[in-house]
Amino acid sequence: MIETASRIKQPEHPLDDLLRTDRIPHIWCPGCGIGTVFSSCLIAMKNSGLNLQKMAMVSGIGCSGRAAGYVAMDSFHTTHGRAIPFATGLKLGNPELNVVVFSGDGDLFAIGGNHFIHAARRNMDLTVICVNNLNYGMTGGQMAATTPHLAKTTTTPMGNPEAPFNLPLLAYAAGATYISRWTILHTRDLTRSIDTALKRKGFSFIEVLSPCPVNYGRRNKEKAFDSLKLYQDKGIIKNGANPSEIEMDFEKGITLGDFLDVDRPTCIEQYDKTCRLI
Amino acid sequence: MKQAVLTGEHFLTGDVACAEGALAAGCLFFGGYPITPATEIAERMSERLPEIGGTFIQMEDEIAAMASILGASWAGKKTMTATSGPGFSLMMENIGLGIVTETPCVVVNVQRAGPSTGLPTQGAQADMMQARWGSHGHYEIIALAPASPQEIFYQTIEAFNLSEKYRIPVLIMSDEIVGHMSERVSIPAEKDIVTVSRTAPKGRKDRFKPFQPGPNGVAPMPAAGQGYNVHITGLTHDEKGYPVMTVEAQEEMMARITGKIRRNLDDIIRTESYRLEDAEIAVISYGVSSRTSLAAVDEARNLGIKAGLLRLITVWPFPEEQIRQLARRVKKMITVEINLGQICLEVQRCAGGRIPVTLVGHAGGTIISPERVVAELKEAVSS
Ligand code: SF4
Repeated sequence: MIETASRIKQPEHPLDDLLRTDRIPHIWCPGCGIGTVFSSCLIAMKNSGLNLQKMAMVSGIGCSGRAAGYVAMDSFHTTHGRAIPFATGLKLGNPELNVVVFSGDGDLFAIGGNHFIHAARRNMDLTVICVNNLNYGMTGGQMAATTPHLAKTTTTPMGNPEAPFNLPLLAYAAGATYISRWTILHTRDLTRSIDTALKRKGFSFIEVLSPCPVNYGRRNKEKAFDSLKLYQDKGIIKNGANPSEIEMDFEKGITLGDFLDVDRPTCIEQYDKTCRLI
Repeated sequence: MKQAVLTGEHFLTGDVACAEGALAAGCLFFGGYPITPATEIAERMSERLPEIGGTFIQMEDEIAAMASILGASWAGKKTMTATSGPGFSLMMENIGLGIVTETPCVVVNVQRAGPSTGLPTQGAQADMMQARWGSHGHYEIIALAPASPQEIFYQTIEAFNLSEKYRIPVLIMSDEIVGHMSERVSIPAEKDIVTVSRTAPKGRKDRFKPFQPGPNGVAPMPAAGQGYNVHITGLTHDEKGYPVMTVEAQEEMMARITGKIRRNLDDIIRTESYRLEDAEIAVISYGVSSRTSLAAVDEARNLGIKAGLLRLITVWPFPEEQIRQLARRVKKMITVEINLGQICLEVQRCAGGRIPVTLVGHAGGTIISPERVVAELKEAVSS
């Protein structure tokens, strides 16, 4: 059966030109949300009208970090947590490039947290997309800096004693100039936000809630479909909401939306103005 | 725009001479983080790079500094960072990424005494084994050891040339003494400085493989944005750059990244012999210790001791053949270095038990005096 199926010519996928089709099938589990974020990202890139040859994707380590391996553009799968400083060098080395960092919450906010806040502070011209699945998926479901209080993971078997980061608030406090949060259920909004972020100069940050049924869901009585239901029931869209007032409370509500879109001189603009005495 | 090459006679510290060497080599990006005794390199670069069209950035830590120079290298620039022991430890992670992704860049370690915070303002040569094996996994690395401000100027150019030619991070193992001493540095005319740049790819962009070796075992390297759509990963990968999780792929990749160095030892390794022709005792040294060793050899010769010096300019890959041959000619070897025996172990290995190899070293914080080396030479002839 399988052999017959493989001989049937598959119709072309509309994003094939942006995919390394020779690397498909991807590694993501059934029910995982990363693929949805990834395709929103590719659709936004494709429809943005920007020169894709001048676009590059940088990822760190983890399930989401594998995205760089599937995109048919210059793509860099770096070390754990270091996607942002690598991307910073790439962008400074050639300011013509449009550099997108695509990675997970563990990578960007635990091991890479310091790099995140400093890139936001200096308003480095990057678009950072964080797939937030609330745990470390690749290593089998450990507690992350985003794991909700009392949630179960393999390293918090009695429930997480710690409090999670509010990522948009962190980005806001550190100086990001474009900030959004969506879930994989809100693909239109997400795609539009990514499109906007790609065109904005400065440090843009988009958080996307995404289910990890295999590791997080399994331990927290949440099937892939339950996660989506949760996003639908608890998601409250409040564009322009104050990042210090937005919530990620799976009982009360998850605030979604475009929270910030402001203009502030970028790292490169400031460097040219301050340091180049031409 | 100002000049990248400051042709003329100067009085410079080793750190500043290193920065000028980088600029003369074509470095246009420096990602740094302050640390004694390497800070002056970053300071000089922060002043000089923007005026010649380059970019300096002070990153949030040495991990980020190292990551940034890899990123900028893939943007097509010649890149460098500089640090000392504690920062060198933090850079190890991304030095490994640089090795496996075959990314040219230069890392300067102005060594100070460790372990840990150690003696921040006092020199040592105790990171030599860390330079060789500090990042996890098995690999080859290139490391040079400068003995003076003038030499670090030239070695920095050489480091860039080797890194570009072999697509590998090259380490300059300086030390606080060389870094902070001021001496005369002659900078030649720009036309007299030989610089090497990575080979650009040719042929169809869609068929290009970023890890398919050329004739010298090294693959040409495009920059991001040129249309090659390269995929670069720290995972074990094939010639296309795609991850392949097999024993065979690992073996093939390792053969490539180690082979390009192992097969070109003659091109990479440089040593200098001094009064070795008729020597019975050979002093083996490198960096600042080779200067004190030189004085000791002259002094010993005055005393009628047939001493000579083999100065290691390239420390890694280790000049095994040079040491082996020397071990057949002399009766004893003395290794002089500011640590408690690191390169000495390599010398012993290469001497293969044929002759005695002793160490003149100390725990770090100052140079090794020529008197101590002379005393060891006297001891060697009397025993
Ligand atoms: S482990 Fe979780 S996050 Fe990773 S691919 Fe599977 S479902 Fe997705």
